[in-house]
Amino acid sequence: MSVVLLIQYTLIFSSVLLLVALGGCFSEHSGVINLGLEGIMVIGALGGALVMRFLPAGTPGILIVLLTLLAAILFGVLYSCLLAVASINFKADQTIVGTAMNMLGTAGATVLVKAINTALNPDDHSSTIQYITAKKAFIVNIGAFEFNWFMLVAVIMLAFAYITLYKTKFGLRLMACGEHPQAADSVGINVYRMRWSGVLISGMLGGLGGICYILAGVSEWKFENGVAGFGFLALAVMIFGQWKPLRIAGAALLFGLFRALSNVYFGFDWLVSLNLPGTVYNMMPYIISLLVLAFTSKKSRAPKAEGIPYEKGMR
Amino acid sequence: MKKNLLKNPAVQSLIASLLCIFLGLLIGYIVLLFINPAGAWDSIVEVVKNFMHSPRPERQLRSLGTTLVRTAPLLMCALSVLFAYKVGLFNIGVAGQYVAGVCAALYAALAWGWGWLPCMLFALAAGAVLGTLVGLLKAYCNVNEVISGIMLNWITLYTTNMLLSKVKEVASPYTLHLTSNAPQALLPTLGLGRFFSDNQYVTIAVPLAILFAIGVNIVLDRTRFGYELKATGNNRNAAKYCGMAEKRNIILTLVIAGALAGLGGSMLYLTDLEQWSVTATSVPGMGFNGIAATFLGGLNPIGTIFASYFIQHITDGGTNVDLTMYCAQISDLISAIIIYLCGFVLFIKQSMNKRIAKNEELRLQKARLAAEEGGTK
Repeated sequence: MSVVLLIQYTLIFSSVLLLVALGGCFSEHSGVINLGLEGIMVIGALGGALVMRFLPAGTPGILIVLLTLLAAILFGVLYSCLLAVASINFKADQTIVGTAMNMLGTAGATVLVKAINTALNPDDHSSTIQYITAKKAFIVNIGAFEFNWFMLVAVIMLAFAYITLYKTKFGLRLMACGEHPQAADSVGINVYRMRWSGVLISGMLGGLGGICYILAGVSEWKFENGVAGFGFLALAVMIFGQWKPLRIAGAALLFGLFRALSNVYFGFDWLVSLNLPGTVYNMMPYIISLLVLAFTSKKSRAPKAEGIPYEKGMR
Repeated sequence: MKKNLLKNPAVQSLIASLLCIFLGLLIGYIVLLFINPAGAWDSIVEVVKNFMHSPRPERQLRSLGTTLVRTAPLLMCALSVLFAYKVGLFNIGVAGQYVAGVCAALYAALAWGWGWLPCMLFALAAGAVLGTLVGLLKAYCNVNEVISGIMLNWITLYTTNMLLSKVKEVASPYTLHLTSNAPQALLPTLGLGRFFSDNQYVTIAVPLAILFAIGVNIVLDRTRFGYELKATGNNRNAAKYCGMAEKRNIILTLVIAGALAGLGGSMLYLTDLEQWSVTATSVPGMGFNGIAATFLGGLNPIGTIFASYFIQHITDGGTNVDLTMYCAQISDLISAIIIYLCGFVLFIKQSMNKRIAKNEELRLQKARLAAEEGGTK
């Protein structure tokens, strides 16, 4: 029983990490470091949660799923425009802008959700959205295993990412812009447009990852909490995966497993007998990612031109 | 020729920062308008007014004092970010280093009964240890300092909650009050509270933080170490080529940055103004607001003093907004918008310079034309 639960949580958390890490992968391959993934996740989650909250009660399940996904994508893409405008057109420092987007995401979502809650009920000052009934639309019970549609979405997106990056003209051009934008420009590729596409795709995947995260284990979300560093864990997954979709998928499974442990460790007698405080399991994903980064960053295969604003005419 | 005041980089920074503040408040106002147009103007005024909110002067002074108490740790966090940024490092781990300082100071005070000075030094050491970790990972393993910093923030938060659970009140998730349980660890006030209607929370932390800002300014501008740091930040390879120990500088910088933030943590919690909640699920905003203050202050330690005060001023002002319509986080939103806009500062400065250059060229051209005309006649 607890093994099934462990697999279930591992798969759902891996799906979150996979989606967001693929988002980071697209953005970085185009040459823009996306540290704002955390904020994009929050805003994507907000979009999805609002749809789930305000859809009329009798909406068919499939419609709930599609509309929620669509809203998360839309919110994520729109929000990622902030990064694209600043870092591509205005050549702003990508680290500052990314950090600002993380703070803006949490603060903005909190302000908005509180305003909505207070407007509906003057005594309600919480930043929580509930979606107990709508959540059921995402889950199919297969025996003891709760299948979540997001697991399928993650696999589809993995295939999409792999094919786009390696098998299409667009993907190869995108990667050229992250490696050597001047060379790409010299053969007639519009570097600005490619980078915009990279960031917008990362907004789409980040938004999806956000809604997936808040649907993973709970049926309400307090937006003041943001997404607990998951955007950055996803970046660690991306680095561990060396910016390659298939390796990222493997890395996501590993990190997902450690994250899942904190939800289900008490179901395993041998883990309980270790007598570690529960907090240790909460810390585990972050500790693992530090260790993994320490061993893998040295020979990193990061896109060469990432983080450097592209200026036409500069050599 | 008269020197153009706008060409002065300090003036340019000031204009850019004021522009960011103005736009930040404007966008905040527009957000409030969308939520509820009725009270938007009053609320944004409350945010800007902060301690002027109360009609009675003695109450005003008292809440000004409280804002200053919170400004001190914010300034320390901002200095930490600034110091690291001069070497080209983005110390987002400042939030965790600050928490480590809080944890060390409170634990030493409540569990071991240490005095205020040892507590402060312990907090400093705790922050420095975290900074060292980030520095070592960066220098020897090439780990991006932003990602390792965030990971350490969460690890520190969980560790802090675990440790401070041992010194919390029985019935609440908050740590014990220092005033009743560890008065020896309270920071000395030196009678500073007198100037703020007997606000007992105003301690030496406030002047101390300002002294640190001046100290950082001196280290960066007047010492060889500071020069090396800035050189490393400008061009790592060139600095290395000139024989500067680039790895040592990276680590040392982060040690100092961590120490500053850790000290900041003790500066707030050893006043007993706030208690740590061991059920905290996210790192306090102090560190992240420090990032805002750094960039708003134009990356200058003295500018940072004013910027820190401003950020804390609007953060405290946010608690005065009409809670039946809005929430206190509107200030966080404004701070976040300001940081986002700070990303454009370089662009603002460039376009200012471009304009000045264009105007000057025009004037020169006119003068030349006039001279030529004069010559032919």
